[in-house]
Amino acid sequence: METPLLEMKNITKEFPGVKALDNVSFQVRAGEIHCLVGENGAGKSTLMKVLSGVYPYGDYSGEILLEGETQQYSQIRDSEKAGIAIIYQELALVPDMTVYENIFLGHEISSAAQVVDWNETVQRAGEMLQKVKLKLNPELKVKDLGVGQQQLVEIAKALSRDVKILILDEPTAALNEDDSANLLNLLRDLKEQGVTCILISHKLKEVIQIADTVTVLRDGKTICTLDARNGEVSEAVLIKHMVGREIDNIYPQRERTVSDEVVLEVRDWNAYDPNLGRSILKNVSINLKRGEIVGLAGLMGSGRTELALSIFGNPDGYHLNGELYLKGEQKNFKRPQDAIKAGMAYVTEDRKGDGLILIQDVKQNITLANLQEIANNGVVDENAEIKVANEYRESLNIKTPSVEQKVSNLSGGNQQKVCLGKWLFVKPDVLILDEPTRGIDVGAKFEIYTIMTRLVQQGMSIIMISSELPEILGMSDRVYIVSSGRISGELPIEEATQEKIMHMATN
Amino acid sequence: MSFVQNVQKVLKQNIREYGMYIALFVIMAIFAFTTNGVFINSRNISNLFNQTGYIAVLAVGMTLVIVIRHIDLSIGFLAGFLGAVAAIALVFWKLPVWVVIPMVLVMGAIAGLITAFPVAHLKIPSFVASLAGWLIYRGALLLVTAGTGTIIVPDAAFNAIGNGYIPDFPDLGFLPGIHKLTLLLGVIAVVFFVFSEINSRKKKQAYNFEVLPLEIFIIKLTFIAILIGLITWVLAGYNGISWTVVIVLVVVAIYHFVTTQMVLGRHIYAIGGNPEAAELSGINVKKMIYVVFGSMGMLSALSGILFTSRLQSATTTAGTLFELDAIAAAYVGGVSAAGGVGKVTGSIIGALVMMSLTNGMNLMGIDISLQYIVRGAVLAAAVIFDVTTRNRSK
Repeated sequence: METPLLEMKNITKEFPGVKALDNVSFQVRAGEIHCLVGENGAGKSTLMKVLSGVYPYGDYSGEILLEGETQQYSQIRDSEKAGIAIIYQELALVPDMTVYENIFLGHEISSAAQVVDWNETVQRAGEMLQKVKLKLNPELKVKDLGVGQQQLVEIAKALSRDVKILILDEPTAALNEDDSANLLNLLRDLKEQGVTCILISHKLKEVIQIADTVTVLRDGKTICTLDARNGEVSEAVLIKHMVGREIDNIYPQRERTVSDEVVLEVRDWNAYDPNLGRSILKNVSINLKRGEIVGLAGLMGSGRTELALSIFGNPDGYHLNGELYLKGEQKNFKRPQDAIKAGMAYVTEDRKGDGLILIQDVKQNITLANLQEIANNGVVDENAEIKVANEYRESLNIKTPSVEQKVSNLSGGNQQKVCLGKWLFVKPDVLILDEPTRGIDVGAKFEIYTIMTRLVQQGMSIIMISSELPEILGMSDRVYIVSSGRISGELPIEEATQEKIMHMATN
Repeated sequence: MSFVQNVQKVLKQNIREYGMYIALFVIMAIFAFTTNGVFINSRNISNLFNQTGYIAVLAVGMTLVIVIRHIDLSIGFLAGFLGAVAAIALVFWKLPVWVVIPMVLVMGAIAGLITAFPVAHLKIPSFVASLAGWLIYRGALLLVTAGTGTIIVPDAAFNAIGNGYIPDFPDLGFLPGIHKLTLLLGVIAVVFFVFSEINSRKKKQAYNFEVLPLEIFIIKLTFIAILIGLITWVLAGYNGISWTVVIVLVVVAIYHFVTTQMVLGRHIYAIGGNPEAAELSGINVKKMIYVVFGSMGMLSALSGILFTSRLQSATTTAGTLFELDAIAAAYVGGVSAAGGVGKVTGSIIGALVMMSLTNGMNLMGIDISLQYIVRGAVLAAAVIFDVTTRNRSK
């Protein structure tokens, strides 16, 4: 057998408490399109970060061979020099620079005295744009281009550096169908020209269309590598490999507490994000009953968080269109404040980024959203505050030496419980949990599930957004599947399986 | 836990806060030594407090502005301009003092709200928005004083704000040369302080909350009581408490209460700590920007009044560099540039530190060029100390 262009052998990468990659091996032949698939958190991005030097040599164990030679990258620049270019989901272009400046950013065409030759740059940029079949003036600013065009500029940028392997991370996630088809055609053309390509994608249809080889990762392990050229690979096969995980029995037993009363209903809900310049939610209709846990499944970037935010007072200023009913009344929340007053709470996905105030202590974080409750005429009763904080510390089992501890000193699981405490103190009817157990250990997970069970028994209703299918299946009464800003399916829990959900989510 | 361990623990937990007081104490001790005691005599300390007044009120407002991760450069010339407006209203429009002062304060608040508008609604960096204000108010100050130049204010009541002292009891025949009302107020302050501390401790114990160990609590009470007593004694030895000090104390008391005890203050600090989380927790961030800049504008007006009154006149250059003195005072006083951290009491100490340096070096006859260098070095040292102790505590 010929030497593969790229070979990654026995790669293991650990984060504190988690093995993100466990002995992964991965081979790419020259001139092929190799697709890498797996659920969120399967280790695809981590593997590519190891390859591109984001995690430097020594930070992982294992070996990388490029054209048979051992590679040891200590930074991204090294892998770029070796001919590996990676294009991330979030584009890395400078919006206020022109196309030609962006293409040659970091490797400007310059004389010995470091003076940039702009004429040569513009000319070469034009050639690169031709290569990616993009007809536009290289003097335009990148911010004036569409997302699809920007993606092509990124590829042109990679090609301008004599790339051996082009890695694309979810390139079509933000593109519409025409742009996606266009991009896939381009990848085929590049393959003809001898460019090797690694494609990470959630869209299995695309994968089947374009891949020569598919590698499936699951939980940081290589599950299999399939030859896709002779049509043996189908969606069903891929999904089976992607989700074939045992469901651990870590979910508390609970009686169904769903009543007939609809607490929250969203009808024909559309959202347009003026910052991204595209529509992010299309005709979404969902409902939630008292005492119910509804799971919102879907892949990253499918619009789950955006749906939650748009319902919860729309802090990001999307243009909304549709109807929202809370306890039978039509609502039009202008800001989160209104939603909170009406009885909603939202535990965010990124607890450090927009959930907690890390420099403040546990009690201040817990009472933040409902300070009025413990204040008289605007004066906070500190003793009442400590009392409230201690109540939640006990009932949620928050492990902290005192409620005056800064939350930045707590572990992830305890921080999450502080977030939860903050929102429970609002005493909501509807609680939205966005990835409630991300990055926390199994023990804390179980505690959070137990708390959720207790809350629905008390008549609260919960929307749980989660990327972990076992969690969705273990905790929900009903599941909605979100895909590309649409509800692509609804399943009662009895009918839901990992395969069905993944099938709907990747469509 | 032993007594020494307790002391160590309390010191360690509060090193950043106590660091400032220690720095102020050290600076005062050095000047007392180098000026053969002139620095700490009653007359000079009284003078020092009065000099600090117009920067101190600015530093209080600036604390909140920096806490919500903004800055306001316009306040110096806004103070100068509004001070001139006050002088004009008194001298040319012949308005009485009790009309002029509220009028100018309201104008200040409105000016602050105007600065807040582009910041809150158009997301324009406050540095730029307030730099525009800096230019505009500088021009406005020159404009209103163009015809007259320096405006002398003859109004005795107005001038007392910056130069006068609270009245004393009629001569009772004992303690000659000592301001008796000041002493009485000092005693009342000490008693009030001790009682409120004991009361709050009892309440906390009733809830079974953690309190300071008893010995340390007593030491703290004694120390602060002696400090208040000492300051009172020194001030009483000259003319007593000045109206400027009264005004500053009232402003600090109000702001300290609002920031530490009220929902409003909590919301301000939450925004500084994490604006996204604050918005998602139902806090109206835009409204808070208006509140903070409005209060800053009002305090600028107060600063302008204090300064005009102290000089007994409005000048064409009033307010020059006040904003930077106030910002420096806030940083020296432990306000964090990253937002969310800082106390108004700290900023007052910061203002005192900076003014002590100026005052002390003036007494020593040090050249102005060196004075700037020393003050710059102290500012840098304070911020470095702040950042390193903060990182260590993580």
